[in-house]
Amino acid sequence: MITLAHFLVLGAVLFCIAVAGIFINRKNIIILLMAIELMLLSVNMNFVAFSRYLGDAGGQVFVFFILTVAAAESAIGLAILVVLFRNRATINVGEIDELKG
Amino acid sequence: MTINLFLFYAFASVLVIAALGVIAVKNSVHAALLLVLCFFTTSALWLLMQAEFLAIALVLVYVGAVMVLFLFVVMMLDINTEPMREGFIRYLPAGVLVALVMLAEMLGLMGVKSMAVEAPADPGGASNTAWLGKALFTNYLLPFETAAVILTVAVVAAIMLTLRRRTNTKYQNPSRQVEVQARDRVRIVKMPSASQISAGQAAAAAAAKEATP
Repeated sequence: MITLAHFLVLGAVLFCIAVAGIFINRKNIIILLMAIELMLLSVNMNFVAFSRYLGDAGGQVFVFFILTVAAAESAIGLAILVVLFRNRATINVGEIDELKG
Repeated sequence: MTINLFLFYAFASVLVIAALGVIAVKNSVHAALLLVLCFFTTSALWLLMQAEFLAIALVLVYVGAVMVLFLFVVMMLDINTEPMREGFIRYLPAGVLVALVMLAEMLGLMGVKSMAVEAPADPGGASNTAWLGKALFTNYLLPFETAAVILTVAVVAAIMLTLRRRTNTKYQNPSRQVEVQARDRVRIVKMPSASQISAGQAAAAAAAKEATP
């Protein structure tokens, strides 16, 4: 049978892949956004697994809200990306240094 | 090995390979398509957990909307990917090291053996959607409505961010269109009608005939 551990390990592996993706793709902001989506996905996987194995609806309701907020986040993030590209003609993270951070 | 376990391993391996592809491929479009595969496989895994509503919502919201938006932006922006790949090899060891250490820590925290919980009978019963809907519209009603507000704010914000006025294009101003009133546009001129004119001409001709002899 599939146990809770199966899903938790899968979520952990997915999260670590996303973290590695943020490290190695630090110049490409689109891949960075995709890595963030992957992280959210792995967290959602954990929520659904706990909700199913503990018999609590709260976990799945929370996943519903995470999906909502993630959709809003990616819409605004991509809008910011489009405006950035329009103004700077680049989305290379290395060249976006106007705030001198 | 039951069929469920076999399906789980099949989907999990596809998911992990696709996720590795997302972070490793050169082309952003390919990365986006692999991310679509990730979401689709995840929804299959959620179906294995009898979370039907969320599985379908994931396909509808992510594959149907968010990833299309991603692909749209990737294809719309003319991006030279070569400079973005610099540092890929340089940061690869650090990234892999951090990921592996994190994974080891997480697995250690979980204590895989102690988590070997079997699934209880599905609390949702026949309909996962009804179970979720009852929770959503009773205990979580206020968060649900807040989520609606967040979506509305996101729509307005995304449109306002990308809206721009070009100076050389003609556009309509809806508020001025609504404000317009009939008396600003139409001027009513009083004029005699055709019958009145012919009657007037006949009277004038008769008057002239009377005047001539």
